[in-house]
Amino acid sequence: MSSLTETNRLVGSFTPEFFAAHLASVSHLPGWWLDRKRAAYEQFASLPLPRRTDESWRFATLAGLRLDGYCRPAPVARADLAHAPVELAQSGQLLFANNRLVARENLAAGLAERGVIFDTLHHALQHHGDLVQAHLLAQPVPPGAEKFTALHTALLDDGAFLYLPRGVDLPAPLVVLHYAHGAGAAVFPHTLVIAEQDTRATLVDCFRSSGADRHFACGRNDLHAGHGAQLTYAAAQTWSRETLSFQSNATVVRRDARVQSLNLHLGGRQSRHESHSQLQAPGAQSEMLALTVAHGQQEFDQRTLQTHQAPHTSSNLLYKNALLDQAKTIFSGLIVVDADAQKTDAYQSNRNLMLSDDAEANSLPGLEIQANDVRCSHGATSSRIDPEQEFYLQARGIRKGDADELLTFGFFEEVLSQLASEALHDSFRDLIKAKFRK
Amino acid sequence: MSLLEIKDLHVAIGEKPIVKGLTLTVRSGEVHAIMGPNGTGKSTLAKAVAGHPSYTITSGDVLLDGRSLLAMQPDERARAGLFLAFQYPSEIPGVSIANFLRAAVQARLGEGEELDASGYYRRLYAKMDLLQIDRKFTSRAINDGFSGGEKKRCEILQMAMLEPRFALMDETDSGLDIDALRIVADGVNALRRTDLGVLMITHYQRLLSYIVPDHVHVMWDGRIVKSGDKSLALELEAKGYDWVKNELVSA
Repeated sequence: MSSLTETNRLVGSFTPEFFAAHLASVSHLPGWWLDRKRAAYEQFASLPLPRRTDESWRFATLAGLRLDGYCRPAPVARADLAHAPVELAQSGQLLFANNRLVARENLAAGLAERGVIFDTLHHALQHHGDLVQAHLLAQPVPPGAEKFTALHTALLDDGAFLYLPRGVDLPAPLVVLHYAHGAGAAVFPHTLVIAEQDTRATLVDCFRSSGADRHFACGRNDLHAGHGAQLTYAAAQTWSRETLSFQSNATVVRRDARVQSLNLHLGGRQSRHESHSQLQAPGAQSEMLALTVAHGQQEFDQRTLQTHQAPHTSSNLLYKNALLDQAKTIFSGLIVVDADAQKTDAYQSNRNLMLSDDAEANSLPGLEIQANDVRCSHGATSSRIDPEQEFYLQARGIRKGDADELLTFGFFEEVLSQLASEALHDSFRDLIKAKFRK
Repeated sequence: MSLLEIKDLHVAIGEKPIVKGLTLTVRSGEVHAIMGPNGTGKSTLAKAVAGHPSYTITSGDVLLDGRSLLAMQPDERARAGLFLAFQYPSEIPGVSIANFLRAAVQARLGEGEELDASGYYRRLYAKMDLLQIDRKFTSRAINDGFSGGEKKRCEILQMAMLEPRFALMDETDSGLDIDALRIVADGVNALRRTDLGVLMITHYQRLLSYIVPDHVHVMWDGRIVKSGDKSLALELEAKGYDWVKNELVSA
């Protein structure tokens, strides 16, 4: 009896029956993929839940990670979604709801002819099997992420697939929306980007709840930047305030490629975000940015890994959190420099703006350097609103609350201004503004 | 006609009394200069009147058209018509001057009233031209990396946009070269003709050649010890502050 209870606790709602029903619904997909899913499910079911002693889960509220009370959501039509359009000129759009595509805007003229594939993962698995097999969930899993990566692999249904053949330069961002809809809906968003040599593109991922229901999200976004590719990835997480969310990322940066990622975290009850950049060849650059507004009882747990595997690579991480009320954030970052990765330039900075005395910001920056000719630094700061700046704004007639909001945007601007696209900058700014209005 | 009355004002920082019973009345269109050596409480007076939270008003009152300002928050005082031009304006990275001034103008509108954006920019650019400020300035962060002169011109720009009834100008001349001083003075003089009342705090007579005061007060140890017309400033410049000190001692 006790072992049954233990099994129930380990899998929660994601029982063997849940998995079997899922597997039956994707039985038309290639056999290698189904085999991987079966293996992943076994791994998920056997791995323990995060424990107090796990360094990679330090400070996280483990009681909030219970996996029960979720379900395989019913299909949803676009008309049933509380959908707000993304105000951005776009090269194409895929809209998923409850793990299935419900709407799309086709690629801008000429792109498909040039070999760009922007389609569902289902389609890619069936028509571009080798390409997908080489890249789908192909990166190493950092410690602490094993159980939820396995869950994602097992239950991943459909998602977005982007392939950019050599030399393609996308004129405007591609947008992917992932909706959860209905009480208890469990969703497994996935975005896979493969950018070949000398490509340039921006992809925007939006994670949204339709309505205020309680959801479970366990997503993944992987980016592969080939030789000389320039990739911008921007994600806006606005899950409902009752959502438990895990999102992980693996980014591979090849020779002279540059990846910029900006993750905006606004929604969810408890949200964990893991991001791993691997700099694999000389000239590779990764810029890892994140902004979080945490309020009420929200908890945001961010874990990062910058792995320098080749000489002359650079990574620059700046994560900024604004904390209100009794909110809690965790930042744990690690820079790893391999022995032959000489001339590495690596920075890591976590800055927290405390807008409440009851909020809690935890910061665990770290370095592991095996090369001897590198420039690495890390730092974490927590600060409050500067009373002199606040007085200055108030002395111009601006009310205290509005002054603090202006100062918070000032704090964020260092990150937002890194976005080359003004439209994207403004769109993210508006999302943050909307959160402050609530 | 508006009236700013400071009545027997006592101000402390922590337990330490700084302003020790200061009384002064400024009317619309008047320029009063307060002069005095460092450490006599001039800046404390200005900040306390504007409502800085680090300064405690222990007794006395400050009235704007008969209404006490003391119970008001700094932003309410500003909206009531008070403006403090800072000696050391704050640098605020990430907040553009355009957004900041917009928020300040918006704060003066009624509930649900929307700012007329095109009108706002028209007015802003006109004031910038007047103060010979480059229009690119508006996209820069507030005072972030500004020279001393740019900061002071930025203060006057804000004053011109917000059209206060009374301005407390704290050492506005410090850090300005002679050309910048002339531009700032022209700006203040233009506002003065629209009935702005000014309380100008300065260490030197220099500024007063450009913004000619109606009244000059000498502040010493937290009080006004001598008042006169503009000739007092010249006399002070010629004789130095020791003159006042010796006079006080002999009295």
